[in-house]
Amino acid sequence: MFRTCDITGLKVDLRAEKLIQLNAVMAVVSLLIGVIAALLLVLTRWQVVHLLPVEWYYRVLTLHGLNALIFWIVFFEIAGLYFGSTIVLNSRMSSPKFGWLALILMVLGFLLVNFTILSGNADVLMTSYAPLQAHPLYYLGVILFAVGALTGVFLFFANLLIARKERTYGDSLPLFTFGLVAAAIIATLTLATGAIIYIPTLLWSLGIIKTMDAGVYKLVWWGLGHSSQQINVTAMIAVWYLGAFLTVGGTSINEKVSRFAFVFYVIGINVASAHHLLVDPGPSPAWKVFNTSYIMYIAVLASMIHAFAVPSAIESAQRRRGYTKGLFDWLKNAPWGNPAFSAVLLSIIIFGFIGGVTGVVNGMEQTNIIVHNTLSIPGHFKGTVVGGTTLAFMGATYYLIPLVFRKKIAFFGLAKIQPWLFGIGIAVLAVSMYILGAFGVPRRHYDITFSGGPFTYTFNPAVDFFWVLFALGGLLAVVGALAWILIVVISVFFGSPVKGPQDMQLQLASPPPPAKENHGFEAPGTLTLTLLFMGVFLIFLLLNWGWLSAMWEVR
Amino acid sequence: MALLPPEEGWYFKRVAKDEKMWITIALVVCLVLFFWMIVWHVYGKQNPSFTTYRTTPQEFNALTQAFIQKYKIGEEKGIPIVEPPPNSDVFLLGKMWAWEPILVLKKGQEYRFHISSLDLLHGFSLQPVNMNFMVYPGYDYVLTFRPTSAGEFYIVCNEFCGIGHHMMIGKIIVKE
Ligand SMILES: [Cu+2]
Repeated sequence: MFRTCDITGLKVDLRAEKLIQLNAVMAVVSLLIGVIAALLLVLTRWQVVHLLPVEWYYRVLTLHGLNALIFWIVFFEIAGLYFGSTIVLNSRMSSPKFGWLALILMVLGFLLVNFTILSGNADVLMTSYAPLQAHPLYYLGVILFAVGALTGVFLFFANLLIARKERTYGDSLPLFTFGLVAAAIIATLTLATGAIIYIPTLLWSLGIIKTMDAGVYKLVWWGLGHSSQQINVTAMIAVWYLGAFLTVGGTSINEKVSRFAFVFYVIGINVASAHHLLVDPGPSPAWKVFNTSYIMYIAVLASMIHAFAVPSAIESAQRRRGYTKGLFDWLKNAPWGNPAFSAVLLSIIIFGFIGGVTGVVNGMEQTNIIVHNTLSIPGHFKGTVVGGTTLAFMGATYYLIPLVFRKKIAFFGLAKIQPWLFGIGIAVLAVSMYILGAFGVPRRHYDITFSGGPFTYTFNPAVDFFWVLFALGGLLAVVGALAWILIVVISVFFGSPVKGPQDMQLQLASPPPPAKENHGFEAPGTLTLTLLFMGVFLIFLLLNWGWLSAMWEVR
Repeated sequence: MALLPPEEGWYFKRVAKDEKMWITIALVVCLVLFFWMIVWHVYGKQNPSFTTYRTTPQEFNALTQAFIQKYKIGEEKGIPIVEPPPNSDVFLLGKMWAWEPILVLKKGQEYRFHISSLDLLHGFSLQPVNMNFMVYPGYDYVLTFRPTSAGEFYIVCNEFCGIGHHMMIGKIIVKE
C-alpha cells in the first residue's frame, strides 16, 4: 500500500495518491470549462465583437463562475489536503472509501450544476440571489458538491489524527500542512453555511417553502461566497511557503510569526464577508464597520505578514547562499527558469498589488459606494483568486506532475514562460476591469450601449482604450491557461515516466547553509519592497477617498 | 520549514528587526483605516444610510403611484416625469426592466429617496457620478441625496435581473 519516493524520500500511500490524482484531474477539467467560458465572455463584453446572444451571455457567465471559481479550486484544494495530510506527513489515508464517496458526490454535483446551466435551467449567475430562481436540480448539485467537499475536509482532519497518533512526523506540523489546517477550518465553517442557505433554497425551488427573504438569503449566501475565497487565500499562502521551500530552500525567518498569521485568518476571516453588504438596505453602519474593519483587518494584517514572510524566506535563503550584494542580488539570482518559482513570485505580486490594494477599498463602508457591482469587483477578484490562487496552484503542479503523477513535464520550454503569459494577461485584465468599473461600467451586463432601453448612456470615452486592454489581457490570460492545461494533460496522460531523481527537470533545492549571527536586517530587500507596496496602497486609498468626497452627498 | 517540522526552539526565536518594523507599520495602518470609517460618519458627507423600512411590492407600488400622481409634470417614452419639492420624500421603484419615474431635482437641495423593487434584486448605479446601491424587494431603502452637480444623470441597473437587464436604464434631471 506504500511506495517510497526515490526523490523526496517520503512514504506515499498509493490509495491517497490515486485520490489526489483523480481530484486533480477533475480540477483541470473544471478549469478547462471555465477558461473556454472566459474566452466567450471576453469576446462578448468587448463590444466590438459582442459574440454571444443575450441569454447565452448570462448562461456562460454562470458556467464560468461555478467552474472557474468553485469547481476548479475546490477539487484542487481537496487534492492538496490529501497530499498535505498523507504524503507530506509520511502517513496513511484514514479512509479511502470515504475519499471515493467524497469524490463521487463532488463529481455528481459538478455534473448536475453544469447540466442544469447548459440546458438553460439555471441562468442565475454564481450568486443566484433569491428571488431569482433556478431548477431544483441546480441547488441539489451545489449541495451534493458541498457535502462531498465537506467529507474530504473531514478526511483531512482524520488523516491528521492518525499521523499524530502514529507519530509519523516530529512534534509540530510542517508549516505547509499547518496552513492547510487553517484553510480546512475555514472550509468547514464555510461549507456548513453553504448547506444552511442552499437547503431552504432547494425547498423553496420545489415549492415547499413559499417565500425567501432576499436580505436574509444574501447575508447567509455571502457567509459561503466570501469565506470560500478565504479558503483559497489560505491554501494559496500555504502553497507560497511550499514554493519558497521547494525552489530555493527558503524557510520563514520566524515560523512563529507565520503560524500566528494563519491563526489570524481563522479568527478574522469569516465575518469579513460583510463587505458584500455595505450598500445594502438591511445592516446598520455599526454592523458594517465592525464586521469589515475590526474583524477584516485582522485578516488584512495577516496577509501583510505573509506578504513579508514569504519573500523574506526566499531572500534569507538566497543571502545564505552568498547573494548578498546590494538589495536585490538575491532576486536577480533566483531560479527564474523554474516555473514554480516564477508562478509563486508573480502570484505574490499580483495578489498584493492588485488584489490586496483594491480589496481594502471594496471593503471600506463608504468607498464601497464607488465600486459596488461595477466591473471593479470582478477586476479585484481577478487579482486575488485568479492572479493569486490559480497562478500559485498552477506553479505547484510543476512539482506535483513529477512527484505525484511520476511523469516528466511535457513542453518544458513552454512551461517556463507559461506563468508569465498567464500572470501578465491576468494582471492587465484585472487592472483594466478595475478602471472600467471606476468609470461606472457595470459587471454582469450584456450590452453597455443599452440597446432596446428607453435611454442610452455613453460612458466616458476613455473606456474604449481600457476595453482594448481588457480584451488583450483576457486573451493573453486564456492563452496562458490553455498552455497550462495542454502541458498538464500531455504530461499526465502521454508523458515519459520519471524513473528517479535524474529525471527531475526542476530543482529540489537543498537547504542553504545556516545563517551567521545577525543583528541587522534579515531581509532588507523584502522590507524595501513591502514599504513600496505600502506607499502604493496609501496613495490608492487617498485617491479613492478624495474622489468619494467629490460625489453627491448622501446619508 | 514548509515541508518539514520546524527546527527545535522555533517558538522562542526572536522576531527579526525588519519583520517587527513591518508588522508594526501594517498594524498601525489597519487601525487608522478602521477609525477613519467611523470619523467619516461624523465629518464626511457620503455615507450609505441606515434607515430602512420593511415593505411589500404592492404597498411600495401604491406609494410610488400616489407620489407620481401628486407631482407629475409630463411624460417621456411613456415614463412619467415627476418634480417633487425640495426636502420631500421621493419614491423610485425598480422592476424588470425599468426605473419609475423620471425625477426632476434641484441642485443643492435634499431629497429623501425611498428605493425598492417590485420583483428581483436590482442595482441602483447613478452615472456619471458613479454611486452604487442595492435595491431589494420588500425593503424600502431610504437614502437622503443632495445633488451637488446639475445635468442629466442615468440610473443603470447593475445587478442581474433577467434577460432584459441591459435595457434597464432610468433618468434623473438636476436643474441649477
Ligand atoms: Cu434590474
